[in-house]
Amino acid sequence: MKTKLVCIGAMLAAFAFPAAAQKKYDPGASDTEIKIGNTNPYSGPASAYGTIGKTIDAYFRMVNDQGGINGRKLTFISYDDGYSPPRTVEMARKLVEQDQVLFLFQTLGTPSNTAIHKYMNLRKVPQLHVATGATKWNDPKNFPWTMGWQPNYQTEAQIYARHILKTRPDAKIAVLYQNDDYGKDYLKGLKDGLGDKARSMIVAEASYEVSDPTVDSQIVQLQSSGANVFFNITTPKFAAQAIRKAYDIGWKPVHYLNNVSISVGSVLTPAGLDKSAGVISTAYYKDPTDAHWANDPAMKQWQAFMKKYYPEGSLINAFSVYGYTVAATLHEVLRMCGDNLTRENVMRQAASMKGWRVDTLLPGITITTSQDDFAPIQSVQLQRFNGKQWELFGEVISGN
Amino acid sequence: MTLDAVILQVLAGLATGGIYASLALALVMIYHATHLVNFAQGEMAMFTTYIAWSLINAGMPYWPAFLLTVGIAFILGMFIERIVIRPVENAPVLGVVVVFIGLLVILNSVAGWIYTYTIKSFPSPFPRQPILGIHYISAHELGAIGVTLAVLALLYGFFRFTPLGLAMRAAAQNPESSRLVGIRVGWMLALGWGLAAAVGAVAGMMVAPVVYLDPNMMSGILLYAFAAALLGGIDSPGGAVLGGFAVGVLENLLGAFVIGNELKLAVALVLIVGVLLVKPSGLFGRVYVTRV
Amino acid sequence: MRGRILFLGVLIVVACALPFLVSSYRTFQLTLVLVYAIALLGLNILTGYNGQISLGHGAFYALGAYCAAILIDKAGAPYWAVVPAAGGVCLVAGFLFGLPALRLEGLYLALATFALGVAMPQLLKYHHLEKWTGGVQGIVIAKPEAPFGIPLEADRWLYFFTLAVTLIMFVLGWNLLRGRIGRALVAIRDQHTASEAMGIHNALYKSLAFGVSAMFTGVAGALGALAVQFVAPDSFGVFLSIVFLVGIVVGGLASISGALYGALFIQFIPNIADEISKAAPWAIFGVFMIGFVYLMPTGVAGAIRLLLTRRRAQ
Repeated sequence: MKTKLVCIGAMLAAFAFPAAAQKKYDPGASDTEIKIGNTNPYSGPASAYGTIGKTIDAYFRMVNDQGGINGRKLTFISYDDGYSPPRTVEMARKLVEQDQVLFLFQTLGTPSNTAIHKYMNLRKVPQLHVATGATKWNDPKNFPWTMGWQPNYQTEAQIYARHILKTRPDAKIAVLYQNDDYGKDYLKGLKDGLGDKARSMIVAEASYEVSDPTVDSQIVQLQSSGANVFFNITTPKFAAQAIRKAYDIGWKPVHYLNNVSISVGSVLTPAGLDKSAGVISTAYYKDPTDAHWANDPAMKQWQAFMKKYYPEGSLINAFSVYGYTVAATLHEVLRMCGDNLTRENVMRQAASMKGWRVDTLLPGITITTSQDDFAPIQSVQLQRFNGKQWELFGEVISGN
Repeated sequence: MTLDAVILQVLAGLATGGIYASLALALVMIYHATHLVNFAQGEMAMFTTYIAWSLINAGMPYWPAFLLTVGIAFILGMFIERIVIRPVENAPVLGVVVVFIGLLVILNSVAGWIYTYTIKSFPSPFPRQPILGIHYISAHELGAIGVTLAVLALLYGFFRFTPLGLAMRAAAQNPESSRLVGIRVGWMLALGWGLAAAVGAVAGMMVAPVVYLDPNMMSGILLYAFAAALLGGIDSPGGAVLGGFAVGVLENLLGAFVIGNELKLAVALVLIVGVLLVKPSGLFGRVYVTRV
Repeated sequence: MRGRILFLGVLIVVACALPFLVSSYRTFQLTLVLVYAIALLGLNILTGYNGQISLGHGAFYALGAYCAAILIDKAGAPYWAVVPAAGGVCLVAGFLFGLPALRLEGLYLALATFALGVAMPQLLKYHHLEKWTGGVQGIVIAKPEAPFGIPLEADRWLYFFTLAVTLIMFVLGWNLLRGRIGRALVAIRDQHTASEAMGIHNALYKSLAFGVSAMFTGVAGALGALAVQFVAPDSFGVFLSIVFLVGIVVGGLASISGALYGALFIQFIPNIADEISKAAPWAIFGVFMIGFVYLMPTGVAGAIRLLLTRRRAQ
């Protein structure tokens, strides 16, 4: 009986993946298990992102309950790096050298991933779908073992720049940005997008540190520049503060908000929904707190998943949709790998997704990669907040 | 740089200065009792604010929840002194500092675990519309400054006129002699912790509507409050409040007009340390002469 | 005395044998322990022996690390040369910082050093310095390979290089602290006025303590940069300084061996905490901190000393 099943299984596998009929394994993969490594900040000032790691863990538990991927259970080993690059190096080495994982997945943070970038590529261990929006992860020539996932910050900023040029050629732009790699990436994207006009159009720039209690002073500074367009490059807490303060002091510019902070539940509601009306942003996955998706089947499914596998998580946290969606992407990559679970094949399959999508992504957003395109999600859609929910407008825009 | 812009920055600075002032006040309270700066003060305030948030979310009206939280904070403060601090009484000073740091990371982590790291809005008891048509300082920020000043007045009265307040001061300044006149020094210490925690809880509930409630709400503010307390004079509650306003305004003016936002904190701190070099007991602190 | 030398000899032999007994990942961790031990020894000279509190030693660690990274990246300096260079730069920086800090004591010094710790990452990001520091992106450097064709892999070679530097620094520290200078530092800590009266130049010694302390920590920073192969402002937040302080208190104030115990604590306890609870690793870390102070108020070194005296007394 057992042999029969195996036979059928092998036949099915052979049918689905004629090239990968023979089982091939690298460290971390076997007939029964696939080991996946990850680092996340579960402690320290960036702990808010730790939700992503916990959601991914919950997702893989669900996959295991459903029988795993091609009959193999997933073992997800995630360590705390406290958002400190030296700790990321240590943990990545532990995962690769001691725990012998097949690959790293969704390691979080630009500085943390930069710290292990070279190491992973020297070791030829995939650093897959990293959780940062920097542009440098799409560089298959020099770093064939590293791949991003989300749309990159610069592309997103360029989309706003184009929108500004089109709708307000006389714009006077004020920028508020977080003084780190993420903030500066957006700023660069905006400047690139505006081209020659950047110099004349951007009338004020103000930065803040994550340790600043408020950005009130910066908002007052930006207002006095007389700008009529406000590009808001901030993380959730500061985004809410900025939206509220701008409204309270009677500054009414055209307000562009980066995708990082579009959650209705954890940004716009605290800021005040009336105060957030008119804010423009982009999106690529569905916001769990947007009334728009209240009866969406995919989001219902997500909620059921959260309740069963991550009950201590929050149903208004967009990071959990993000984690769910990226884990689903990996699920697909591993399914495509079939029985050929070598590091090389994982990269090859990750780089051969053609218009694949999961329904927590916005309609029209698809994941496409190739041997020289390591940027899975490149398109986003503009949206405007109407005081109650986000309204998508225009076409799905591709970055390049 | 127009005069208008300067006035606006000063107003915004006073508003954030109020935040620093309220936590600085709690730091001064604990210093009064123990002659130490409690690095966990900010996290204690954050944690009690979460308690208030839970009470209000459970349907309790604002002011009862406010008072209940202050009471809980008071008991929590005494509890921490009795359970956590008392056993290390005889450890070196730096040992106690490490215990403070331990408390800080525990409270931060536990709050994140229970309440998650998503920011929460915290209600304000004050009207939503700005008072007197001034847009640059919200009704809540004005109200919070008022509350801080009221707490200051209460503390002043308490330490000046009540027997218990006098006993606490005596116990802090000269434990040996106090013991001889029958003051229970140990309990005075615990009371001091309780009071500091209660003041901290008020600070937390006044700060949260402005910066939003999250487990890291106070970690950025602690340094400012520390600087404010020292600038005003670490043993002077009034000085701490003024120090808070001074730090808030100074930081804003530096950021907006002098060196930009990137280095404003660094330069503000250098200036404060500079003042302390010239006037080591702070602007309003008393100079103590010690015998060698 | 003879027992002590024997003990040290065994310790060094074990230290040399260890990397061949464990994986290269563990070797890397041990390298970090040595690096932290040097940094903690530096902080202990200042805070433990001289009584000047520093909540900002992470800044000197960062300075050392950036010196090393910039020299390698921009000037193509060899890795062995950047370590003393970083130490030199930090010696001067520490001495200069120590001059105004002379007038500050206790809490005021705590604030001044805390400010230094907070300001350093912001300074490293400052856009006018970006040309050298790489701004928010930081600098990636290569790992040194063993010279002269010695058949050692890079991790093990770096471990031995670090071990050699550690031995030099500890011998240096030991010589410094057991002699006249060490006694002067302790005298200043315990009896400020009396030491002045005895003819000790308090101001000079205190600034020197700052300089030497910063030098040790800077050397550690440079070695740390070589081990991690990357520097960025995010690596040197103010929490690093606080962890250093925790390290010397847990290891043992005013104790040379305490630096090693403290280094083991700050290297391994966070990992253990993470293993125990993903939900709240910091809470576990905090419980460990408080627990160590409860059980060993004078640090691990103090507790061992106590144990030995008791056994000898029996």
